Amino acid sequence: MLDTVAKKSDYKVVGTRPIRPDGVDKVTGRARFGADLNLPGQLVGRVLRSPHPHARLVSIDVSAAAALDGVKAIVTREDFADQPPELTAAGEMMLNYRDVVRNVLAREKVLYEGHAIAAVAAISAAIARKALRLIRVDYEILPHVTDVVAAMAPDAPLLDEAMITAGVTPTPTTPSNIAKRVDFGHGDIDTGFAQADVIVEREFRTESVHQGYIEPQACVANVAEDGQAELFVTTQGQWIVRGHCAKLLGWNVNRIKVTAAEMGGGFGGKTVVYLEPLALALSAKARRPVKMVMTREEVLKATGPTSAARVRVKVGAKKDGRITAAFAECAYGAGAFAGSPAGGGAMCAFAPYELEHVATIGLDVLTNRPKVSAYRAPGAPIAAFAVESVLDEIARTIGVDPIDLRLKNAAKVGTRSTYGPTFAAIGFVELLQAAKAHPHYSAPLPAGQGRGVAAGFWFNVGGDTAVQLTLNEDASVTLTAGTPDVGGLRASLGMMVSEELGIPLDKIRTQIGDTASLAYNFVTGGSRSTFASGMASVEAARAMVKELAARAAKIWDIPVDAVKFEDGMLKPAGDNAGKYEPMSIRDIARQMAKTGGPIVGYATLNAQGAAPGLAFHIVDTQTDPETGKTTILRYTALQDVGRAIHPAFVEGQMQGGVAQGIGWALNEEYVYGADGRMQNAGFLDYRVPVASDLPMIDTVMVEVPNPRHPYGVKGVGEAPIVPPMAAIANAVARGAGVRFTQLPMSPPRVLAALSGQGAR
Amino acid sequence: MRYEAPDRIEKAVDLLASAAGEARVLAGGTDLIVQMKSEIVEPDLVIDVKRIAEMRGVVEEGGAFRIGAAVSGAELKEHPRLRKVWPGVIEAANLIGSTQVQGRATLGGNLCNASPAADSVPALIAAGAKVIIAGPAGRRELAVEDVVLGPRKTALAKGEIVVAFVLPKRVPLAADAYLRFIPRTEMDIAVVGCGVDLTLDPAGKIIAARMGLGAVAARPLLVGEAGAAIIGSSLDEPALARLEAAARAACRPIDDKRGTKEFRVQIAGVLARRVVHIAYERAKASAKVST
Repeated sequence: MLDTVAKKSDYKVVGTRPIRPDGVDKVTGRARFGADLNLPGQLVGRVLRSPHPHARLVSIDVSAAAALDGVKAIVTREDFADQPPELTAAGEMMLNYRDVVRNVLAREKVLYEGHAIAAVAAISAAIARKALRLIRVDYEILPHVTDVVAAMAPDAPLLDEAMITAGVTPTPTTPSNIAKRVDFGHGDIDTGFAQADVIVEREFRTESVHQGYIEPQACVANVAEDGQAELFVTTQGQWIVRGHCAKLLGWNVNRIKVTAAEMGGGFGGKTVVYLEPLALALSAKARRPVKMVMTREEVLKATGPTSAARVRVKVGAKKDGRITAAFAECAYGAGAFAGSPAGGGAMCAFAPYELEHVATIGLDVLTNRPKVSAYRAPGAPIAAFAVESVLDEIARTIGVDPIDLRLKNAAKVGTRSTYGPTFAAIGFVELLQAAKAHPHYSAPLPAGQGRGVAAGFWFNVGGDTAVQLTLNEDASVTLTAGTPDVGGLRASLGMMVSEELGIPLDKIRTQIGDTASLAYNFVTGGSRSTFASGMASVEAARAMVKELAARAAKIWDIPVDAVKFEDGMLKPAGDNAGKYEPMSIRDIARQMAKTGGPIVGYATLNAQGAAPGLAFHIVDTQTDPETGKTTILRYTALQDVGRAIHPAFVEGQMQGGVAQGIGWALNEEYVYGADGRMQNAGFLDYRVPVASDLPMIDTVMVEVPNPRHPYGVKGVGEAPIVPPMAAIANAVARGAGVRFTQLPMSPPRVLAALSGQGAR
Repeated sequence: MRYEAPDRIEKAVDLLASAAGEARVLAGGTDLIVQMKSEIVEPDLVIDVKRIAEMRGVVEEGGAFRIGAAVSGAELKEHPRLRKVWPGVIEAANLIGSTQVQGRATLGGNLCNASPAADSVPALIAAGAKVIIAGPAGRRELAVEDVVLGPRKTALAKGEIVVAFVLPKRVPLAADAYLRFIPRTEMDIAVVGCGVDLTLDPAGKIIAARMGLGAVAARPLLVGEAGAAIIGSSLDEPALARLEAAARAACRPIDDKRGTKEFRVQIAGVLARRVVHIAYERAKASAKVST
């Protein structure tokens, strides 16, 4: 273990499992989610959406709707200035403001069923609905394409008639739906394949899947007569919402104060704006608060799921399991505007492995579907489904244990990654060893069952972060962070501060600040909140200790560097040791006024040194040969978690990722008709797993601390959704005898494959 | 929207018959309220029938059961006699939605919502249940299999309400069962539903059999050929093969987001085989339980 990170046994609070501070409010229904705020005089905002997947917007006539009694404001494309192309980060993906303004309200064309066209604010939902029916839209219907492969065909209908594929030399002369190509890798794969004893080459298809957060998008906007605005919203990032809205409205960012509600799930999907600029614009027009809440149908049809994709993989290996060459092409659907996570997929595809010859390609493909947004490790699960399936075939072909195959090729500290950088901290070998030693891996398997394994990789990020710590007059501490709490962050940050200050956790209240209370914070995303806000919280605590020492020095009238902080007490040190009675933080708090005023600890930083997250999963499945239904019987998720600050929350992230992955593997998919409309826009027919579909998901936290974090933290939220699809496909291949290269492995598809009717 | 909650069936019939705009009967509301919230229906009049005593009780009359159309699945499950005598009907009613939904959802609502995939309907068809209908012209009876005509279409005339279901008197050595196929384990809608009711002779030979199939056609079906296929047998393999073939032959499904035609046809045969085994074992065991 590295000496920059203390040993686990040195901690008093970190690594324990205290009750979460937001738990009681949540289980009693008191917590305020996005739709739980109501303001006096509030109007209801509703959105008119396109029934067509692709059409030119000839005209929008709102006059009849505007004349309806009770309608207070209407906005259309006329109310938002066009934006020039400008890239900005939102969550883990990039957005182009030119596209954001078009996604929020369609301009020249509607590009998917559900694309917003106009928004109405009225005194009741019934009047708002009636007003929407009175808006007359003249469409010129255009041919559409919802399938990612069809969209790449030379004669496909074009979403953007001027789009020339970027990243290709020479520059293409004809437009296409392929927005961009990105390339990664090193070595020469032809040389590598020539050295291989065995080569497996497969093509995989996956469908769009939605994050499936239970809480729909919701917000309340309140623009005052002087133009100052407040926005209460369910979001993973108050500051990015503020920035996007201000940009689209042409306002200074400080005109909008954004407060993040408690969040009923985000998983990356709540890092972009949909309703928020509309609610602000409507409120500014009506001079009344406007509340907007999406229906589930709107959430599924008009917010960003992740990509439908085609992935081609080719891997060559020696008989001993050493991989000689690896290739992957990740063609990911972006939906209506460029910006699929194809790059992330291409980078993560072979990232867990040390390879001499590797090439990966990402293709970003426009389709007439909602613009994709981030979903937990964006891009990686799709690529891992393909790559880890092929590795399983290689292992079976050459007769090598699948964990041994991965051990033989595992990336280590110092390995040059397949996407460029050299790994400074990576615990893949330790993880694989833990998996091989786990009783699940060697447990006897009854006939008819299959056991599959797969690995997953995610980068994890740091980024802009600000935290404030206030010492209160009674020596309690208020910690204000700016990254919304999606998985127990408040407890975890409080625990690190408790450890630093030697103050009990119940004396520390952690809250998530609004955009007026702290400097800029990037979103909760990229598995960064415990890492980055944790780093800032520790820095803030250490800044506070410095100030406490200064106050003690002042009281004792000794130099600051003659004061040390130990066991929560300020003590005279060096020559002064023992000369004065040690003082507690409470003693200093009592004398704040006399010694220089209120005491805070503040930290702003751009967190660096995020270490990758690696996950390895073992799953047992059974497939009913008569119905094609696959049951998950046993699941063990192992992960290099760095250091688990609050182990229960880390386990929760691991189990949650697996649950979503099981849904992705078995039943979740966007079903489109030939008319380009989504057929299953509701939770009845978009099937996320229910509790009884899942076994107890066992977790094993392998702690390989991150040397770049004061408590060894690595992001843990995303890696666990990367392996499940491949692990389950590998289990089904071994148990039911059919290798699936298409998701989901739903009963009709499985039964058809089992009875040899074709489509896999 | 006008809301009425009459306490007499005649009053409900009057309201329904004289309604000018769109009128809907509200029992548990697990379909109607969802449809209203998602703006599929916008009724001008909603008639809540839960205050009508006749629609809210379960009465055993000479061995037959009369079940109010507005009795919830959870209430049916707690009835000490019903779940012993008609386990198939009760298990079907208690597959609808979730535990919370089962506390509200009723047989009347499940039937009159007229979904081809309603869980309780194939079980009621297999059981030989009849409905008592009240309307402006008085009362009439109809076999359950004749109520649903197609998706969202019933044989009810304007002003008619399903008041109750009648399950016939049981003979000895008889039992029913219901199975459905869903991609998940609960809170789902049947891709195929299959109910069966069997009567055995003391030697274990099937002397009567009725089978209902759901979600395989525009409406829930009574599959006479499937019942006939196993009468006279003790579920030997040729009989089961005939049953499976008859069940599949009856299917006239569509391809949709819930499954392909081929899949539904295949599953109908699989469920038919599986469900008759359950009913058969129950019927044999019923000899030990007094009827």
